[in-house]
Amino acid sequence: MADRALHPDTPELRARWSTFAWSKDNAKQAKVIVARYPDGRQRSAVMPLLDLAQRQVGAETDTQGWLPIPVMEYVAKELDMPAIRVVEVATFYFMYNLVPVGKFHVQVCGTTPCMLRGSDEIMAACKARGMSIGHVSADGLWTLTEVECMGNCATAPMVQINDGNYEDLTVERLDAVLDALAAGGSPKEGTQEPGRHTSEPSGGPTTLKEMVEANHDYRGEW
Amino acid sequence: MPKVTVDGIELEVPQGATVLQACELAGKEIPRFCYHERLSIAGNCRMCLVEVAPGPPKPQASCALPAADGQVIKTDSEMVKKAREGVMEFLLINHPLDCPICDQGGECDLQDQAMVYGRGTSRYDENKRAVTEKYMGPLIKTAMTRCIHCTRCVRFSEEVAGVDEIGALYRGENMQITTYLERAAKHELSANVIDLCPVGALTSRPYAFEARPWELKKTLSIDVSDAVGANIRLDSRGREVLRILPRLNDDVNEEWLSDKGRYQVDGLTRRRLDQPWLRRDGKLVAATWDEAFAAIAKVNPGKSGAVIAGDMVDCETMFAAKALAGALGSTMLEGRQTGLDYDCSNLAAINFNSTFNGIETADAILIVGSHVRWEAALLNARLRKAVKHGAKVFVVGPEWETTYPATFLGNDLAVLGKLPQDAADVFEKAERPALILGGAGLAKGALGPALQLCATLRMVRENWNGFNVLHMAASRMGGLMLGYAQPGGIADLAAASPKLLISLGADEVDYTRFAGSMIAYIGHHGDKGAHAADIILPAAAFSEKPGTYVNTEGRVQFADKAVFAPGDAREDWTILRALADALKVSVGFDSFAQLRAAMVAAVPALGREGLADYGALPKGKGSASGTIDAYPIKDFYLTNPIARASVTMQRCSAELIHGQDFAEAAE
Repeated sequence: MADRALHPDTPELRARWSTFAWSKDNAKQAKVIVARYPDGRQRSAVMPLLDLAQRQVGAETDTQGWLPIPVMEYVAKELDMPAIRVVEVATFYFMYNLVPVGKFHVQVCGTTPCMLRGSDEIMAACKARGMSIGHVSADGLWTLTEVECMGNCATAPMVQINDGNYEDLTVERLDAVLDALAAGGSPKEGTQEPGRHTSEPSGGPTTLKEMVEANHDYRGEW
Repeated sequence: MPKVTVDGIELEVPQGATVLQACELAGKEIPRFCYHERLSIAGNCRMCLVEVAPGPPKPQASCALPAADGQVIKTDSEMVKKAREGVMEFLLINHPLDCPICDQGGECDLQDQAMVYGRGTSRYDENKRAVTEKYMGPLIKTAMTRCIHCTRCVRFSEEVAGVDEIGALYRGENMQITTYLERAAKHELSANVIDLCPVGALTSRPYAFEARPWELKKTLSIDVSDAVGANIRLDSRGREVLRILPRLNDDVNEEWLSDKGRYQVDGLTRRRLDQPWLRRDGKLVAATWDEAFAAIAKVNPGKSGAVIAGDMVDCETMFAAKALAGALGSTMLEGRQTGLDYDCSNLAAINFNSTFNGIETADAILIVGSHVRWEAALLNARLRKAVKHGAKVFVVGPEWETTYPATFLGNDLAVLGKLPQDAADVFEKAERPALILGGAGLAKGALGPALQLCATLRMVRENWNGFNVLHMAASRMGGLMLGYAQPGGIADLAAASPKLLISLGADEVDYTRFAGSMIAYIGHHGDKGAHAADIILPAAAFSEKPGTYVNTEGRVQFADKAVFAPGDAREDWTILRALADALKVSVGFDSFAQLRAAMVAAVPALGREGLADYGALPKGKGSASGTIDAYPIKDFYLTNPIARASVTMQRCSAELIHGQDFAEAAE
């Protein structure tokens, strides 16, 4: 589990972010989000608003985005809640970045199924490209994090890069994805296995084969 | 009323009680860390596990489980014993074994419960977690490695204090309790989290490494830093009071204490007057008691004597001074140092009639000229409770930071004659409307109009009296009961220009108005009063004498003596008794018991602990005018001579009110 800590509250940070305010689109979006909750319960919107704020910070810095203290305070003010409660939420969930990240936040799953299917090599490949855990790479493109299970065990190993999952990876496939991303492309998300659609059994069904074409009543065969 | 069985004992418990409360009613002790009667239920320490049938076949957290009819609860089964041992072992996994250097040692819930409910050994041999210390201000010392994440401090500051500043950051094993950005906790009840902390994570910073609980003598006393009269315990060793802790009294302070009441304690040993002083050629020089008394006798005041009582004196001292003045033939007594001259002919009109418990049940509250947070921090916590129960609060006076939603109606007192429509509607519908009149309101002559408003809004009903005056001095109600009030206030005393002015620790008086008088200051601190005095007679602070105090509700309470006064200082009544000899008059008492008996004979209410009965409210009159521009208290932490002498209070004032930066040296 990665060590997490708030970015220090420095004058430079204040100077850079204390003027943070919703962009025009996000202001509209924030209103929509807050309106989802009953009157007086606007605090419930803290998680979607933090996500929105992180994305806006990302757009402004051309990264995945993160949550500087002044931005969290802005969200607190928007929702009329104490800043400490916002920080509690932001520090609890791993999807909120507490420190600056690169343009692509590469989250490599290292939990058992992925590990058995070769996540160690995936991790090594990432490191070979100059990424190191918890740091932004020199070109500002990559931040590497090792994470726990992302729920893609059927298509292990996998990495999550910003909003996309890339599954069924090998070192070559990962390199292809990362190269495409670095070149500004948008590689296909999901499984990278040719011929595989989503997380269906690799090489065709192994059970309930009769069900593939049409509904089949197995009960007589038990 | 559910009927439950606890360890074979059948009993009925109140509707809504939890299993833990049921067990307590049955006389069973349930260990707990996170559960606290006055806070919301968290259920995260798991120490209170018991076996409950019907229910899943596993131990259940009793603090969060409602008691239901027919439950069979076991607190002494093998399952419960094992569960407690298991929880305790988990709690101790990351808790350091530093009890010998921990200030909580000897009064630590974790230590005690580990002894009673723990296994005795640990099977854990991995590294323990370590957490960086967090800065929480000048009063709270932290050792967060010891924290067991009960979140009592978080819940206290959110629910009771109403100031959201402590939170739990990160998650799981990495969870850390901290104030927002490690800023100082900035409210008047902040140090109560030290009492709440069941381990040594939050301890007292000024008291750090001072003493162990078992070497302290405990004396029951009454807080004199404001007019709430919080019940306190003085912990002393030798001749020094080392700390002040709140005592349980649901009618007054529940179990909280304001930071000032708790931490002005170090002021008791600083700037003390420990010998008599005489002013010779404009300079104060040390003298003996005989010289001091001789100097006063030389003035030979006769009828031209007057007494001003300070804010912290006890009733006995005031009565002794009254007896002395009476023996000399004078009735010039006054306690309202800053010149207030409200009508004192009926004490019910200047009393907190709703009582602190009662004000919690009010549903509409109008505060007139009172910065309640600073004038009575514990009352503010009660008001917050009332608001949580649905009360609406309106304030007349300059804005201050309330810890609950409140509507400010402006500074103009004329609003008492005609409330704005929304406020009027609220009071019209209210079943238990209340009014709280503070010092700033009294100063502007709002007493009569407030009484009138109280009658208009029918604030006095069956079983309800909503008219309240909030005083700020611990001696005020007692002084008024003893007749320390002139019709024109202190101006009457100044106009009489007495030959001798006895000042009983009165430090807020403008003594330039008494330029022609000989001022004899009987007090304990070298503060403003002593600077103006011609003769200083060193006396005892509240911790050094037994005494009777009456709080702003008219509640008579008794305090005991914890330590002796320093040096040549004496208990106040003995000084006044000796002064009577020097002036060759008789005051009629030779011992403290005789003094108290004489006082009770004169004012019987002072002999009975509890609320004094002042009768019915008088009719109000007059219309209010003028504006309240400021509140009397400019600095919460420095309102009395003890607090002003306290290094801790000075630091609190500098850091929390004036924003001075006290960055900690890198360690």
